[in-house]
Amino acid sequence: MNTLKTLIYDGSFNGFLTAIFVAFDEKTRVADIQKKSASQSGLFSETESIFTQMDKAQRVWNGIDKKSHTAIKDIYFAFLSETKGVEMLLYSYIRKMFASTNSISSDFSDGTVLKISQLARSVGREKHRMEAFVRFQLTKDNIYFANIEPDFDVLPLISKHFRSRYADQQWLIYDVKRKYGIYFDLNKVEIITLDLDTAYTNSINKSVHFGDEEYNYQDLWNNYFKSTNIKSRINLKLHNQHVPKRYWKYLSEKKAV
Amino acid sequence: MSISFERIKEKLNILADAAKYDVSCSSSGSVRKNNSNGLGDSSGMGICHSYTEDGRCVSLLKILLTNHCIFDCAYCVTRKSNDVQRAAFKIQEVVDLTINFYRRNYIEGLFLSSGIFKSPDYTMERLVAVAKKLRLEENFNGYIHLKSIPGASDELMREAGLYADRLSVNIEVPTISGLKLLAPDKKHEDFTKPMLKVKNEIIQYKSEKKIIKSTPKYAPAGQSTQMIVGATGESDKDIMYSATHYYKNYNMKRVYYSGYVPVAEDSRLPAIGTQVPMLRENRLYQTDWLLRFYGFGVQEILNNDHPNLDMDVDPKLGWALRNMEYFPIDINKADKNVLARVPGLGMKSVHKIVSARRYRKLNWEHLKKIGVALNRAKYFIVCDSSKWEHRDMEGTKIKGLILQNSVGKFRKEYSNQLQLFS
Repeated sequence: MNTLKTLIYDGSFNGFLTAIFVAFDEKTRVADIQKKSASQSGLFSETESIFTQMDKAQRVWNGIDKKSHTAIKDIYFAFLSETKGVEMLLYSYIRKMFASTNSISSDFSDGTVLKISQLARSVGREKHRMEAFVRFQLTKDNIYFANIEPDFDVLPLISKHFRSRYADQQWLIYDVKRKYGIYFDLNKVEIITLDLDTAYTNSINKSVHFGDEEYNYQDLWNNYFKSTNIKSRINLKLHNQHVPKRYWKYLSEKKAV
Repeated sequence: MSISFERIKEKLNILADAAKYDVSCSSSGSVRKNNSNGLGDSSGMGICHSYTEDGRCVSLLKILLTNHCIFDCAYCVTRKSNDVQRAAFKIQEVVDLTINFYRRNYIEGLFLSSGIFKSPDYTMERLVAVAKKLRLEENFNGYIHLKSIPGASDELMREAGLYADRLSVNIEVPTISGLKLLAPDKKHEDFTKPMLKVKNEIIQYKSEKKIIKSTPKYAPAGQSTQMIVGATGESDKDIMYSATHYYKNYNMKRVYYSGYVPVAEDSRLPAIGTQVPMLRENRLYQTDWLLRFYGFGVQEILNNDHPNLDMDVDPKLGWALRNMEYFPIDINKADKNVLARVPGLGMKSVHKIVSARRYRKLNWEHLKKIGVALNRAKYFIVCDSSKWEHRDMEGTKIKGLILQNSVGKFRKEYSNQLQLFS
């Protein structure tokens, strides 16, 4: 007799896919799928720790991808939303998918499908925002450095964009909230962790890490931003809608000078 | 702080301020892969890196090379007779600004325009020189939009397209009579000649590329133009028929509509302080979208009986209210192009409906979840439900109900009309 189980995984996407593999393979009755860092034991279920195994994760990825490209993208994006309970939502989505003969990713009148597609869209929007709102500051060591604090874990999604765009400069984008970054050393992009004593926001206080030229360009950009505004058309509501206030502290054009 | 930096800052302020009335900031539609490990990569998707306080996208560094000008067009802030501070960038200064802004991820590229100094060709030559330097010396793959200077030679226009992603000439005044009144030094042909040259080059390069793969790109993001709205008493019909002419005959990618911002006291123009016609501008853009993406013909929306757009409702709703015999439409059966004509349905909703209805018949609840603006759409559609009580209402009645039960962002500007229905 199968008892109800809570699967505990390491928090990575591959860990999650491994959990999905285990659930299908062992015909587990899943009570919940939880990150190790956020696990709470249920009263009526056993727990099982999942060890991330790349081959199993890969098999799940391929299985879904074979059924629908849109679905695998939606699943990955929705997972990165880190929404509470997203694992079970995804599990139910994947089960639906394998129970159906055709792709379900455009069945928008189904609640689960619609929810996953909406989560994926939110994450996609945040990815696009970060591609727009990253503001590099050139350090004295000649590294273009940026801090971000995105709503969702989008660093894995933006790496390729910055890699192909800034192929001839060293750059580092660091997620202050999740405490890791991606660094391009002119050859490859690596995931790194840093001991940052402080987040480098658009504070008017100058840091010793950046030179005069850097602050001059920030000043020019800040000026340009003001000059290009048409005062007789002011529309702050629209402005705030496009550039939500929570992002302002990393935007040099929003520096209070 | 260095003197040269302060000088650049001053120039940037003057020449960005003078360039801001050009509304285009599009950075999309051009794919330039970074194959040489250089700087920049354009995927074809535009990015707005910021938004000004007036709510407009900031995607490109939009500046004039100089605001010295030999012409005296009444609507233009840079005109010869206007008493403003003048400045001019050196070619290298524009290149350095562009590269350094791009490297910091401030911008997608450069939009370079200019006042006309000495002669059209002398000016155009310098704009081309900036683009050429960026591409060949800096290995720059970001977006470049150059202004085609009215009166520039075919030779220079041909060269411009080899380095720029987009070229544009602003027609500014939608009617020829208006142009005579406001820009007596310029001839209509000065605007259309470079446009025609660019159009023909694009066609030629495209056909050559089909045969010889190594043919270079020529203005891959196409041409655009801009018209000022509300400066010369033209009707919406005048503007949109003119726009249709440019889309059709010059293969324009975009026509922009710019509500006139009074920049000078001139008896031929609205006085300084006159409100910018932003609602009208918005309605024109909505119409432009209906023509380009929704399958409408311009005569359906604007004609001698309706030379101006409704201010209180959007143009699609206005059209629907005048053509009630077309409705109701069955959401579960109608073709895509028919669905596109329903007020409250955008193309995204249309697409979702067509996908979703393959799984089951859709009812009101489904439509609401998908994101259809039912407050407008419900009067024009039937779905998998027996509730469609509004079927035999007249257009005016429906309009009243919609206005009563919704809030519009421009509502305060036509509150007089609203009283009719309350």
